[in-house]
Amino acid sequence: MMLKITTLVLSLAASAGALAQAGVAYVSSEKDHSLTLIDLKTQAVLGTVPTCKRPRHLQLTPDGKRLLAACAENNAAEIIDLATRKSVGRLPLGDDPEAFDFSADGKMIFVSAEDDGELLMLDAATGKQLKAVKVGKEPEGVKTSPDGKLVYVTSEVASLVHVVDVASAKVLHNIAVGKRPRRMAITPDGKELWVTNELGSSVSIINRADHKVVATIALELKGAKAEDITPVGIAMSRDGKRAFVAMGRANHLAYIDVASRKLTHTVLVGKRAWNVSLNKAETQAWVVNGLSDDITIVDVASAKALKSVPVGRVPYMAVLVE
Amino acid sequence: MRATLIGLMLAAALPAAAANFKAVLLVPADDARLQRSRLERAYLAHPLGSAEAGVRLALEEAEFELQAAGARLELHVVEVANAAAAKQAAAAAEKSGLVAVLTDLDAPATLAAADATRLPVLNLGNAEDRLREADCRANLWHTQPSERMRADALAQTLVARGWKQLLLLTGPSAADAQRSAVAQAAIKRYGLKLAGAKPFKVSADPRERELANPLLLTTGLSYDAVWVVDSDGEFGRALPYRTALPRPVVGDGGLFALAFMAGFERFGAPQLAKRFAKANGRPMAAADWAAWAAGKALSTAAVAAPKGPAAAFQKALAAASLDGYKGTAMSFRPWDGQLRQAMMLTDGQGVLSLAPIDGVLHPNSPLDTLGGDRPEKLCKARV
Repeated sequence: MMLKITTLVLSLAASAGALAQAGVAYVSSEKDHSLTLIDLKTQAVLGTVPTCKRPRHLQLTPDGKRLLAACAENNAAEIIDLATRKSVGRLPLGDDPEAFDFSADGKMIFVSAEDDGELLMLDAATGKQLKAVKVGKEPEGVKTSPDGKLVYVTSEVASLVHVVDVASAKVLHNIAVGKRPRRMAITPDGKELWVTNELGSSVSIINRADHKVVATIALELKGAKAEDITPVGIAMSRDGKRAFVAMGRANHLAYIDVASRKLTHTVLVGKRAWNVSLNKAETQAWVVNGLSDDITIVDVASAKALKSVPVGRVPYMAVLVE
Repeated sequence: MRATLIGLMLAAALPAAAANFKAVLLVPADDARLQRSRLERAYLAHPLGSAEAGVRLALEEAEFELQAAGARLELHVVEVANAAAAKQAAAAAEKSGLVAVLTDLDAPATLAAADATRLPVLNLGNAEDRLREADCRANLWHTQPSERMRADALAQTLVARGWKQLLLLTGPSAADAQRSAVAQAAIKRYGLKLAGAKPFKVSADPRERELANPLLLTTGLSYDAVWVVDSDGEFGRALPYRTALPRPVVGDGGLFALAFMAGFERFGAPQLAKRFAKANGRPMAAADWAAWAAGKALSTAAVAAPKGPAAAFQKALAAASLDGYKGTAMSFRPWDGQLRQAMMLTDGQGVLSLAPIDGVLHPNSPLDTLGGDRPEKLCKARV
């Protein structure tokens, strides 16, 4: 996803109207029903944008002009226009949407429907349901493969990654990973799918060629018990050399060297580090802290926290628009 | 040995495809806890319906995962009228190749079942400490937290609040006496002080007013909180806001320590509570959580050892690591068969905090500060 967003952002920067949108982070807050806007340069809060109830997952539309915020309670996404930073309407997202991703052509949205245990395939323009695929209970992370043919969905209850074929809307494989799998990232070469296991305190690496788990990285932190290491968010650098994992209740951001699959650095951030996003230059990692109602900006090179910025109640995710 | 043999024979008789695991849930016939008048009162720590609902929910949740692993898991429910019937049912379960027995029974019937079989017996409803201590069994496991776990959770919370001086009020039943002793041990363990201890009785008789009147029971002493032990529930429910001093009530009134409360907002718990309410038309009570956890333990074992045989399933059950929607993965303590788990401190309206409280230290897991710990060696059958 990072790759896609970054590409979008690049194309935006080239367009004339880019100035208006430049340099803002949007942070969703589950309990404030709003997004907090933070100036990327000054790192000051600029204000909030009201949304539907309980916004969580955020993602830019493929044209890079809008931001969608999924709201479980409204069964919809708030559509935020990046130029005006205001809502321009809502898109139905099926029952209890949690996370979503776009199809490769941008015409469909794949949404995890938490309560029904389904992956919904929706028309991205109207939100009309096209197909539904039965998956394990409490599906969470959704990720479209780079070629657009497959969608990966994690099921928190079944501890599986489902590999769904987009064309036939059928589950091709169920891959057993660690306990409570959450979020995913695909290496830029497309070869590996990385999955965070919240209660497994680990990251599972799946070979995309045969859909087998090839390695499991146990996340460790000096002084922290395994049960407090509850990884959720994951981001990968564009060169595919480094992965960043938010370690949940261990309150740290982890750097993982992709080639050696080793944890190299940990940085103390806020309480329950939930999701992580990189800026375009990949000099900063923005970590969203669910239990301290703030975000922590980490300087990637020095592996040090630069600043924490208070946002709304129970923040969930940040999207950086440059 | 015999169980394994029968299990193997059965496995051979079945088609090679999916292992078909079966378990039985033993529940009391004419369960007094589930009589309409009691259910309608909906006392916070008491069941709101049959334990079957929770177990079935866990099995239903696991369907996809079981299918992917190539296993099936079936549950049937048997009502038993007494310990002898429990014994018979548990023995029959072993003979017919089942892999586990679940019980929601009183202590004598639970023990009769455990002694009648070598199968694992999962106690999902009984909180009595003796089943984890003097009367423990090597094949007896517990998803229901023990009385001591509840008392420890409360005591830790009182320590965290700095409410050290306690007035302990104990009801008239044998269970009350037993549970009061557990409360007193926790009070002592956490360095809290008894400012006073009195018996109470539910009565409208003016001659018994010293025993029955909350004002009279709570006057003439100085205390930070009232700890009420009331297995029945009627007195405890009416005690908060009726004490002589403006002090909080904890225990079986006011603030309870429970395995679960449906209003809990974190760790995915709302999804679990919602699924339960949708399927059963009632909120998920603490007892339902313990029943669900037993079902979850079964399904976890079936996924870990999908091809069997029964012995592999049982080994996987003992080693199971469960996602109980309380934040940390849970496992069974080898020394007493108890599922280690966080406890929720609740007034019935919401969850106010969790135990173990932040800052309680333990060399292995803070969860082991709740209930009997390994060095105490309280369960001889498992040492």
